[in-house]
Amino acid sequence: MQRAALILLPWLAILAAWYAVHHSGLINPALVPAPHAVAARFAELGTGRLPLDVLMSTRRVLTGVALGIALAVPVGFLLGWYRQVRTFVDPLVNFFRALPPIALIPLVIVYFGVDELAKTVILFYAAFFAGVIVMYEGIAQISPIYLRVARTLGASDSEIFLKVVVPMTVPHMLTALRVALGVAWATLVASELIAAQQGLGALIQDAASFFQLDIIYVGIISIGFIALAMDLVLRAIARRLLVWQERLA
Amino acid sequence: MTDRIVFEDVSVAFGPPERRLQVVDNVSYAIGDGEFVSVIGPSGCGKTTMLNMVAGFMKPSAGRVLLDGRPVAGPGPDRGVIFQEYGVFPWLTVRQNIEFGLKLRANRRDAARRAEISDRYMRLMGLEDFADAWPRMLSGGMRQRLALARAYAVEPQFLLMDEPFGALDAQTRSAMQNLLLEVLRTEGKTVMLITHSVEEALYLSARVVVMTARPTRIREIVEVPFGYPRAEALHEQPEFGRLRSHLRDLVMQEYAAQARQRFAVTD
Ligand SMILES: Nc1ncnc2c1ncn2[C@@H]1O[C@H](COP(=O)(O)OP(=O)(O)O)[C@@H](O)[C@H]1O
Ligand SMILES: [Mg+2]
Repeated sequence: MQRAALILLPWLAILAAWYAVHHSGLINPALVPAPHAVAARFAELGTGRLPLDVLMSTRRVLTGVALGIALAVPVGFLLGWYRQVRTFVDPLVNFFRALPPIALIPLVIVYFGVDELAKTVILFYAAFFAGVIVMYEGIAQISPIYLRVARTLGASDSEIFLKVVVPMTVPHMLTALRVALGVAWATLVASELIAAQQGLGALIQDAASFFQLDIIYVGIISIGFIALAMDLVLRAIARRLLVWQERLA
Repeated sequence: MTDRIVFEDVSVAFGPPERRLQVVDNVSYAIGDGEFVSVIGPSGCGKTTMLNMVAGFMKPSAGRVLLDGRPVAGPGPDRGVIFQEYGVFPWLTVRQNIEFGLKLRANRRDAARRAEISDRYMRLMGLEDFADAWPRMLSGGMRQRLALARAYAVEPQFLLMDEPFGALDAQTRSAMQNLLLEVLRTEGKTVMLITHSVEEALYLSARVVVMTARPTRIREIVEVPFGYPRAEALHEQPEFGRLRSHLRDLVMQEYAAQARQRFAVTD
């Protein structure tokens, strides 16, 4: 009960601040739609295009992240494991990671067109570089003592990989997944700027052309809540997989 | 007595030729079957390096390290290794840690036999109430007992211990020493123990090898004239006190030599 109140409190505070700004007269009220107006829009769009937009965006994010992480796990593993390789590849990874995915959009349009593939490529890019760093830094930190212990108990190379390295990698995989999801949502709007018909980014973009601020708010709030929901799901998974850890991811 | 571990003119140097660090310098000694030998010397002199060669983690630059007459080829389940940092697998429960080695191809046992073995060592090490606990819930002493149980489970003939009790408080440390003596009495092993503590070396071993500062050589090998089983009262015996003072003198001299060296290196 008290917990629920504590969780709700900051949200109510935001809502109150929002109303305060709306009514304060400091800003033209037309520029700050009232929360209830946004809620009404939400309900209206909920029976209209919103479900499809949510579906499309979620699908793109999940596809991009799935592909990005599928590659980031083995690559991050190799980089974390072989220090020599890391020395060479580190600057490369940092170079590409430093490029904002948005800056690549014109190039992606040239090479991949304007349909689903282009958006998947951008999200894949974002997810891969976010995930690969987390993976390899995590793996590089694994203490070699566990490998030594396993060897002295008679473990072969393949047994060491399956019974020591993999379990020690799981926490880093989950963290990589969480970070990648976060970055992917952040990149979503940019990716859907590539002439998307559907998606939350497209919703926001369309609304912006007609100066429909309330719809822009609906889009932004939807993105936030979906990201939050995904993070909660991932945390629940982490709690199950990582019961042995002191602090949960 | 047959020699089981033999150091034969062993030297070790690290680093490239132009900045070569000589660590072990022509060391020869042997550890006999069922013998408990402690190696003591200033930190940084090369004790871990010597143990690592027996464990099979590295090879000497010159000379040979022999195990039952054959040069050590690599790590193996015939040699249980106990580290100061325990190395208990945090993602496995106490029981799963003990059974880890028994699920490997090298020493696979069926489930019933595994349970039997882990039950036995949990009882022996006083861990029976923690079978399903995660290592993070255990104290340092319990983790070290778990590491010992896990090593024992695959029935090694040798026990190689690198300052195993160094991180424990005095009470726990002394309890661990007695537990180790107790376990060794029922299941004898050939033991090489590296320690900082003169007291510990004397109380546990049949022989103490005192090493010099780096590059380390044998300073002196001290025979410990007490039989087994041993009990705490041994600490009060005059002969124990005499050997303790003697060993302390040797070790202090070498610590001082090693400390001077460290200054020389940083200059
Ligand atoms: N792999 C290595 N490469 C270079 N130097 C090493 C390596 N391993 C140990 N040394 C050096 O050898 C010396 C002896 O190390 P070690 O055997 O760990 O000492 P001890 O266990 O007696 O404290 C130290 O000065 C250490 O820095
Ligand atoms: Mg050492």
